[in-house]
Amino acid sequence: MNVQSNPVTASDTNARVLSYAEAIREAMAIAMQADPTVILMGEDIGVYGGAFQVTLDLIDRFGPERVMDTPISELGGAGVAVGAALTGLKPIFEFQFSDFAMLAMEQIVNQAAKLRYMLGGEAAVPVVFRMPSGSGTGAAAQHSQSIEAWFGHVPGLKVLQPSTPEDAKGMLLAALADPDPVMIFEHKLLYKTKGHVPEGSYLTPIGKALVRRTGSDLTIVAGSIMLHRALEAAEKLATDGINVEVIDLRSIRPIDRDTILTSVRKTGKLLVVYEGVKAYGVGAEISAMVAESDAFDYLDAPILRLGAADAPVPYNPDLERASVPQVDTIEAAARRLVRREV
Amino acid sequence: MMDADNRPFAIRHYSPAQLREALKRMYLIRRFEEGAEDSYTRGMIHGTMHLSIGQEASAMATCMELTDDDKITSNHRGHGHCIAKGADVGRMFAEFFGKETGYCHGRGGSMHIADVKTGNLGANGIVGGGLPIAVGAALSAKRLGKSDVTVCFFGDGANNEGAFHESLNIASVWKLPVIFVCENNGYGMSTSTARSTAVPHIAQRAAAYAMPGTTVDGNDFSAVSEALHIAIARARAGDGPSLVENLTYRWRGHSKSDRNRYRTKEEIEAWMAKDPIARFRAELIAHGVLDEAGADAIASQAVADVQKGIEFAKASAAPDLSEVTRYVYAEAAL
Repeated sequence: MNVQSNPVTASDTNARVLSYAEAIREAMAIAMQADPTVILMGEDIGVYGGAFQVTLDLIDRFGPERVMDTPISELGGAGVAVGAALTGLKPIFEFQFSDFAMLAMEQIVNQAAKLRYMLGGEAAVPVVFRMPSGSGTGAAAQHSQSIEAWFGHVPGLKVLQPSTPEDAKGMLLAALADPDPVMIFEHKLLYKTKGHVPEGSYLTPIGKALVRRTGSDLTIVAGSIMLHRALEAAEKLATDGINVEVIDLRSIRPIDRDTILTSVRKTGKLLVVYEGVKAYGVGAEISAMVAESDAFDYLDAPILRLGAADAPVPYNPDLERASVPQVDTIEAAARRLVRREV
Repeated sequence: MMDADNRPFAIRHYSPAQLREALKRMYLIRRFEEGAEDSYTRGMIHGTMHLSIGQEASAMATCMELTDDDKITSNHRGHGHCIAKGADVGRMFAEFFGKETGYCHGRGGSMHIADVKTGNLGANGIVGGGLPIAVGAALSAKRLGKSDVTVCFFGDGANNEGAFHESLNIASVWKLPVIFVCENNGYGMSTSTARSTAVPHIAQRAAAYAMPGTTVDGNDFSAVSEALHIAIARARAGDGPSLVENLTYRWRGHSKSDRNRYRTKEEIEAWMAKDPIARFRAELIAHGVLDEAGADAIASQAVADVQKGIEFAKASAAPDLSEVTRYVYAEAAL
């Protein structure tokens, strides 16, 4: 699963190869080195290194006062991060699994997202929530969800989903530089994937999608791991002369309207692929955005969405695989759309 | 002359000027809330509000030793906390009237009243919402090497929220400079503490988190200020958090929708006889801090300040309707 960065992104010719997890760790280390107010908080992120080893060894470099193991108290821990952000620190709070953020919805949605507004701009909450997300690990219904759309519904939050190691690093650094609360959904299956990562500090712009593959017959919008599946499907379709444009939806909130509408005007067909439950999801927002714009006039086929089945994520590996979009289902949907068999 | 050792803590510990200012602010809280209630009845304030009339000693005595660098988090019944911490009643009225000159530029209202410059991080509409935030503010002070403390105001209702338990535990494990101040007015909306809470005194819950827990008469200014003096000193010394429970009573209902079906007239009247402002005033006079004429002058000044505040709010401009999404995000970032 090696994705070459799009040439429009910052990229050294001699860039090193790091894993997605290593890239996130490097971003945290760079930020902590540069800014003493950056602290890490989360469950088992210290000596244990985090459930996915993302914070491995950071406690040795920065000490337990800056790499803080919290009790298993998601509401309290996240709220402490919110309060600390309100008063001068820049906490990076790791939810062990993004599913556990449901225990902290109060602090994320009622507090972090709204404090600036409720206080008329007199306060800021520069907190970063790291959200290990997604299915494919056999962890079943409470450890496999993709709930990014939930937070896309909340004014005041910014919601990102990096698909490459380069973006995983650049987005975390951008999130830390941002004065508002940012949630970064990191797909668990991507942690070990590798890619080129520039040295030093750089910021991946928040709110910008990226055309990862250009094409003229069909636009696929997909982020996180679905980007990789969409690109693989696009390669297969190319052998049959179907040229797919693939947009990496790097940011859910704010969403990059221009990049999506420009592509749809060009191709006239849109397939949105996401791992969250299909109903009321990211695809609904993007479909409506296109339908409400002038790009609607360029469509020559209905808009299609591929999302997760209308069920909790199942345990059985075949069921689990079948419950979310895969390369073959994306390919099949694209073929139907190109043939207008929808 | 009285033996100095027998005088109440507050009289011994604070200067006459500080005590007179405290009385002034208590009158200001009372008159502010009466003014807000009156403005609501006249249709100048919409929505709802939660009045703390009868709880003024708890708010003011708790804030006696706090500086503008010390933080408070407040709750839905937070007008008193805001004034006690040093806010201007004119900007508070402007907020309640929904004006751009209000502390929150008309976006927050009564339930989110805040004054970050005086260290008030804001009232909170979610019961227990401010507790973890207060712990976070205390963490900031510790990490940034400051001696500031954070006082977290909450009611008896919040003590049955998970956020209360998680916050007290984290604050204790990390030895953070935070003081949890429970204003126990006997009812979470209509449900009494007796019907909702397994322990007779909320301060007993401190034992579960290995911190000192103290229950005081929340209508006794001196008793509250002494309990806070001890807790603040402990926090500033780096010895960790405390829980102080101020037993008090709200004379008014929970909010404007309250039809008072759960309390007796006798109970309310008995508590009204224990008016914390009258009690503090009498105490100050008895100890020669001021005389009747001096106290009357302070009370009159509060009336004048509130009237002036209402006039300021009335004369202020409303927010521009085109700015409904302003302040959702930082302006420089957009």
